[in-house]
Amino acid sequence: MRTPPGVSASDFAAAIEQFEKVVGKEWVFTSDEDIDTYRDAYSPLWHDEGEPIPSGAVAPDGVEQIQAVLGIANRYKIPLWTVSTGKNLGYGGSAPLLSGSVVLDLKRMNRVLEVNDKNHYALVEPGVSYFDLYRYIRERNLKVWIDPPDPGWGSPVGNSLERGGGRTPMRDHFGAVCGMEVVLANGEVVRTGMGALPGSKTWQQYKYGFGPYVDGMFSQSNFGVVTKMGIWLLPEPEAYLSGTVMVPRHDDLSPMVEIFANLVASGTVQATTQVATPLAYAPADPELTALRASGSIKGLEEYGARKNIAYWSISLPFYGPSKVIAAQWEYAKGKFSAIQGVRFQDGESHRFPLSADEVAKIADPVPFGIPSLQMFSVIGRNAVGHLGFAPIIPMTGEAVLEAQQVFEKVYKDLGSPGGAAASFPLFWYFGRAFVIIYLFPIVHDVEKNRQTRAIYRRLIKESAARGWGEYRTHTTFMGDIAATYSFNNHALLHLHETIKDALDPNGILSPGKNGIWPKGMRKTKA
Amino acid sequence: MKNARAFLLLLCGVTLAAPAFAAPDESQIDRGHRVYDKWCFPCHGTGVGKPGTESLAARGQKPAVLEERTDLTAPLIKIFVRHGVLFMPTFRKTEISDADLDAIAAYLTRNNKH
Repeated sequence: MRTPPGVSASDFAAAIEQFEKVVGKEWVFTSDEDIDTYRDAYSPLWHDEGEPIPSGAVAPDGVEQIQAVLGIANRYKIPLWTVSTGKNLGYGGSAPLLSGSVVLDLKRMNRVLEVNDKNHYALVEPGVSYFDLYRYIRERNLKVWIDPPDPGWGSPVGNSLERGGGRTPMRDHFGAVCGMEVVLANGEVVRTGMGALPGSKTWQQYKYGFGPYVDGMFSQSNFGVVTKMGIWLLPEPEAYLSGTVMVPRHDDLSPMVEIFANLVASGTVQATTQVATPLAYAPADPELTALRASGSIKGLEEYGARKNIAYWSISLPFYGPSKVIAAQWEYAKGKFSAIQGVRFQDGESHRFPLSADEVAKIADPVPFGIPSLQMFSVIGRNAVGHLGFAPIIPMTGEAVLEAQQVFEKVYKDLGSPGGAAASFPLFWYFGRAFVIIYLFPIVHDVEKNRQTRAIYRRLIKESAARGWGEYRTHTTFMGDIAATYSFNNHALLHLHETIKDALDPNGILSPGKNGIWPKGMRKTKA
Repeated sequence: MKNARAFLLLLCGVTLAAPAFAAPDESQIDRGHRVYDKWCFPCHGTGVGKPGTESLAARGQKPAVLEERTDLTAPLIKIFVRHGVLFMPTFRKTEISDADLDAIAAYLTRNNKH
């Protein structure tokens, strides 16, 4: 039997026996066969030295069982690693950061406690998936949308805590959180916001309650176990339409992004969009390939003009009353018309609700609040798994161009052909900034994954040197990224550690999560 | 894709070693159908945007939709679910219990010729 670091075999055996008494023997897992199902299927450390392997898993069903499990973990100093649905693939899946941790698997806590389509919220447990919540809403014909990420098998609780994103106007998942229930390491149950008021009627309707707003502390952290979460939902919109803005010249990027930033900040554009280089997706052509390789901006512009392909494009999705969204698109077109040679293209449009037949024809239903796994059609083709590098960069044309240069170099290091246009990654927006999503393939090849990790670590440093930081990462790189948020001699990390020590003195909750180690492990961090 | 080859070898071995089937139990098949719809259909179903089906089709597996197969065996299904293959991850017992997995196997082997 594996044991957690620093825990004797006899203590671990005693803890396991006590876990079994709390949750039932069938919900404690220690066999190699069961432990294998908790390994990260997409680990960048796949079968390599340092791949974190849990020493077991325990799956409570309810707050009282969690309290008892935490009591046992405190007694024997067992590090636990909390997962909700355990499908956070690309970020660690259901595997811990610290090898030998016991996975606290909350999948059995899978109850949708409430969905309200008059005030537009849900209250859910961590084991509920986006698919589950969608099904619950459809079966009751409630007039609200969820906002699933790609893909939909994850947990609304887990994804919101990880500050994931979706594609509808409710796309900032942590921003949509309204009220939590948290079990602290000492077993105390806390309700945040209005939930602290016994008999509160507005737990899921007003976020802040009274006094310090502590919800953020439980996101991307290891300060507690979140057992319930309120999430704001989108009232089913009347209609959707999308339009694409295309500009012909390389230097048009700056004015295009400046206009876009205004549309985002003013609320005219509320949902996910993407800046793209259509020249990157143009049909294969030796002339274009040569131009890409040469990096000739003038040559690419002339090619685009001849073939009617834009240098840059940006797609704008609109959700709401049909008259309003038509007016928003017209307004946006008016703004972008300041750029000489701009072209516009109307895209998909829908009225809701969609019929079952309409849904069945949509390859990518995620923008319509329908969970899916279709993303794997794109990213699963040539790899076993994926790893996302996702720095937040300013919403300016200059920053996009600078980032493009950095990523071009990475692309070449990965040994792929093509020039600047071909390597252009996806730019989404988050808050009032862009987030680049650059996907690396994870393969069952130790050497290739080592190379990917080396490039990833170099990118973290190069990004930090330019003032860019990542919004989220795989467990493998959490320490590296936390170290770049180092203003004033790592003052923020010190604050996190102070909170960690106060709330979890034995360091039982998710050691190492987002760079936060408990006191006893700080010198031996992974 | 060493792992994929290993799985194909495993697949052949398991297929040959599969024991004779007991008569299918209708309630078990119904349960399996429900579990399949929840856990497998989003990737292996029919229609657009089903990456598991697309991947099997791209690898020449016919039919690519698992529900239409008549050559799957219970041990093989269990290996794929618990060990994963290619971009299909492992599924834990807290997601798909052993009993649910038995039911999926009953459903996916319902049309096998015995």
